[in-house]
Amino acid sequence: MDEFSNASRTALHLLAEMHPDLIEIVLLSLRVSLSAVVLAALLALPLGAFVALKPFPGRRGIVILMNALMSLPPVVVGLVIYLLLSRTGPFGVTGLLFTPAAMIIAQCVLVFPIIAALTRQTVFDLHEEYDEYLRSLGAGTWQKITTLLWDGRARLLTGILAGFGRAIAEVGAVIIVGGNIVHSTRVMTTTIALETSKGDLGMALGLGIILVLIAVVVNTAVVTIGGSASRRTL
Amino acid sequence: MRLQHDMLPLVVSHVSYRVDGKAIIEEVSFAINDPGLTVLLGPNGAGKSSLLKLCHGLLPPSSGSIRWGDADARTARQKQAMVFQRPVLLRRSAAENIDHALKLRGASAAERAGVIEESLAWAGLGDVANMPARKLSGGEQQSLTIARAWALNPEVLLLDEPTANLDPSATRRVENLIRSFAATGRKIIMATHNIAQARRLADEVLFMNHGRLLEHAPAERFMGGPSNPLAARFIAGELVE
Repeated sequence: MDEFSNASRTALHLLAEMHPDLIEIVLLSLRVSLSAVVLAALLALPLGAFVALKPFPGRRGIVILMNALMSLPPVVVGLVIYLLLSRTGPFGVTGLLFTPAAMIIAQCVLVFPIIAALTRQTVFDLHEEYDEYLRSLGAGTWQKITTLLWDGRARLLTGILAGFGRAIAEVGAVIIVGGNIVHSTRVMTTTIALETSKGDLGMALGLGIILVLIAVVVNTAVVTIGGSASRRTL
Repeated sequence: MRLQHDMLPLVVSHVSYRVDGKAIIEEVSFAINDPGLTVLLGPNGAGKSSLLKLCHGLLPPSSGSIRWGDADARTARQKQAMVFQRPVLLRRSAAENIDHALKLRGASAAERAGVIEESLAWAGLGDVANMPARKLSGGEQQSLTIARAWALNPEVLLLDEPTANLDPSATRRVENLIRSFAATGRKIIMATHNIAQARRLADEVLFMNHGRLLEHAPAERFMGGPSNPLAARFIAGELVE
């Protein structure tokens, strides 16, 4: 109990004084996870919509794969990206291993299936409803996609924020491809793991509090945006 | 000013439509030559909605052909607008719903602004322009879909049971819009199972049952005494299956 109260005191002290190391770690975490989510969304939104709208051979298999990849184990993703980016791997020449870029790629791979699967389902459901109206107006595939994505924006934003939640809380993949290098690739989750193993529980708990606060903010945003969109449009 | 039609006559020739071997429309042939309001009348399951969708190009006929004047299929669709039984409204405001349809039909921003205001005013929806479309009442929602169709300035309006889910007051409102639409000389083809509505609105009637066209006659003659015995029973209020 003493250990917990000491750690809490240290954590609150670090938070109160906005310790530079802590701020650096938080900012890097946000930069990596936000970049990963934006990149994943840019790829997953059109792809998910395309899979929902366009029949093609093997589409059912792709849908099953997209859903299955939502529970992709982060350490496996980390390992595969590590092998691809390592010096002897096919993308070794890029020199990305143990950089924030590698961490962005890893988180992007983890978040992409979540956004793509949710987009596919959202667009599919809306398309069932809008199909005859859109065909009646002679809408092309791209016009259909933009219409359906815009009208599904509340659900899609919820999915994107859920993806951000997964990215920011992820530790297994980023520790493998980032290496947890101080002032370079050390993010909140990897620091918590490291500091806990070293017994420096104050820093770990301080970062833990920030992570929980971010989770609360993200969930509040999900509820607020979802509720507000429902009131305005549904 | 009345429209000069290049979409008429509508010639439907030996059209059948089957789903999994089951005939939904069976060997239907007719021609519509005049503007005004043609009603597809018949009980539920007669094939009225399917025939409308075939005419609009939303369903491909299994056999036979459909021609709108000299227009090719693409041009024909662009000169038509269709209103569905259940209003299909985007998750946007009333004005944005009309804006979206105009955009898809290639109208410029400058054109759209004027037309949106005009069409909402025409439908008596000016004061709900910025309301979420799906929050409007049933009658307002269907009025909005008709206003959206009106904004497209079609030569032909296809209406699939537009008042099936509405109360009498909302039905009156929608029927007034349909009359106003018809008064501009546009061709209107409307599916309904409501005999009283057909009596109020129709210039000519196509009576259908079980996917077959049983009678095609001017409304006055049809309502005065149809030649088809089943149609006679239907307008007498009997439950026709």
